[in-house]
Amino acid sequence: MFEKTGVASREMVMTKFPSVERINKGPVAVVECYQKIPCNPCQTACPAGAIQIGDDINNIPERDENRCTGCGMCVAKCPGLSIMIVDGSKSADTVEFRIPYEFLPLPEAGETVTGLDRAGQPVCKAKVVRVMNPPSFDRTPVVTLEVDRAYLYDFRNFRREV
Amino acid sequence: MREVELLIIGSGPAGLCAAVSAASSGAKVLVLERSFRPGGQLIKQTHMFFGSESQYASHRGVDIAEILLKKIEEFGDRIEIMLNATAVGFYEDNVVTVLKDEKEYFKIKAQSVICATGAYEKSLAFPNNDLPGIYGAGAVQTLMNVYGIRPGNRVLMVGAGNIGVIVSYQLMQAGIEVVAVLDAAPRIGAYLVHASKLARMGVPILTSHTVKEAIGTDCLEAAVVCEVDDKFRPIPGTEKRYDVDVMCISVGLSPLNELLAMRGVEMKYVAQLSGYVPMRTENCETAIPGIFVAGDASGIEEASSAMAEGYLAGLCAAAKLGYEPADFEQRRQAYLKQLEDLRSGPVGDRIRAGMKISRL
Amino acid sequence: MRITQHPILTFDRGKEINFTFNGQPMKGFEGETIAAALHAAGVKVLAKSPEKHRPRGFYCAIGNCASCQMVVDGEPNVRTCITLLKEGMKVETQEGKGKIK
Repeated sequence: MFEKTGVASREMVMTKFPSVERINKGPVAVVECYQKIPCNPCQTACPAGAIQIGDDINNIPERDENRCTGCGMCVAKCPGLSIMIVDGSKSADTVEFRIPYEFLPLPEAGETVTGLDRAGQPVCKAKVVRVMNPPSFDRTPVVTLEVDRAYLYDFRNFRREV
Repeated sequence: MREVELLIIGSGPAGLCAAVSAASSGAKVLVLERSFRPGGQLIKQTHMFFGSESQYASHRGVDIAEILLKKIEEFGDRIEIMLNATAVGFYEDNVVTVLKDEKEYFKIKAQSVICATGAYEKSLAFPNNDLPGIYGAGAVQTLMNVYGIRPGNRVLMVGAGNIGVIVSYQLMQAGIEVVAVLDAAPRIGAYLVHASKLARMGVPILTSHTVKEAIGTDCLEAAVVCEVDDKFRPIPGTEKRYDVDVMCISVGLSPLNELLAMRGVEMKYVAQLSGYVPMRTENCETAIPGIFVAGDASGIEEASSAMAEGYLAGLCAAAKLGYEPADFEQRRQAYLKQLEDLRSGPVGDRIRAGMKISRL
Repeated sequence: MRITQHPILTFDRGKEINFTFNGQPMKGFEGETIAAALHAAGVKVLAKSPEKHRPRGFYCAIGNCASCQMVVDGEPNVRTCITLLKEGMKVETQEGKGKIK
């Protein structure tokens, strides 16, 4: 199905997520790259050496959940915008997501937005915590959102409510 | 008649990299560009490129054009880019005829030539496909990303390859609704990360679908699409109508290399490379010594490969002219390795097969 | 039809340019092609085909396909998708093949 719709299945998504224990310890990258393509900026961007592609630039990146500090340097660097950061250390009920968002107008901290799944369908509400857009992100802003834990594996995008 | 050492036709990613590469070896280069600005199609690519650092991965295409043009400036008068200059003929004695500013016509005799003329967008046959409002996807990208003008309000994208999916995303960035992306193939041709970006924006990607007809009097008003079976035959009763004022056709590119055919280099139809392409050595040299090809003119690939080919062709063309740097072989191997890496994965299967067929 | 806000790009439009389309006064910006300026003004029909007089708009925007040819300052077959707008230009819909002066 993925090759027909571009929407990854739950099983595929689960393979990219670190353990819940790891998520609860603090921020960690989820690298949703499922296809072998010639690309390696995530590896180059990672200051912790936590993302490895190896000698063949076509390899699928592997993220070491123990080395990953969740710094998020890879998020704005991935040309496919396939990386997000999840952080379950803030609360028992919610998870914080950091996702790239290249659209205007940007949301504002405190705003409630509609959380979307991988098919762009509304699944939940989400609260915008922070919007980062420093020059080093090169016009790929990264938005931090607070989302109900129940949607850990569903939430992937958002849209502003008009 | 003007005489030049190395003539590069085209100032897209391949041509610019070839110019930088040849000039860094010491060659004097003239680059012909038919447009009023250099950079080819880089100037409308707002997305980050794939590949590795050697091909400026993670930089946006628009910025890569700036990086390359800045490099070219550093070479001073060793590289001249002539704008509004269309190469219209290429003859046995290596004379290239040029139409400048649509009025001046003159000849250039080159010791060596790199043809980096790029590609053009294919069209698709269906009733009323000539209605205004139906454009090449690349044309719409030019309109919105170069000139900052919206093509319309609601768009149907035909073709789910990289261009179709990337342009759809860019349309949404410009605030334009994309109702669907369709493709006759049973699978998405684009890198799936691009497709996923679009899917999570809520844009449906409809594989095994084609356009049945366009509807409109003066301009496009609607499109009727339908499903196709595994032999690409329309399935009756599956028609859907979309009210759209824009349809983008993104069904592939064809190499643009008539000049090489005119010059008489050996050409071959290679389906994997999307059309007639010149036969060439691993150094991008055609069957006529001193005449090179790089980028989409040699077969449709990604811009990252076009840049690596440009660097390789520039290096080798300059060497043939007597400008062989001490680290020639090292550099040559490095560019060959880049190309091998870019083509080595499963998405490079087709290209690798095409490369074998077109190898001299 | 002009994009004013864009997440990646900024559009530095040049000075305003006055031209006419089929006699009607129009405005565009320096650095724009004729076809782009017309499009921004909502004009998509640039020509009529030679045989069946069907409407034609631009298709490729790189001067390759000939779908955008118009009569500019009396000269036919000008590829308006790659021809820059100039002050006072007279742009007209081209009917058929056009006559070379």
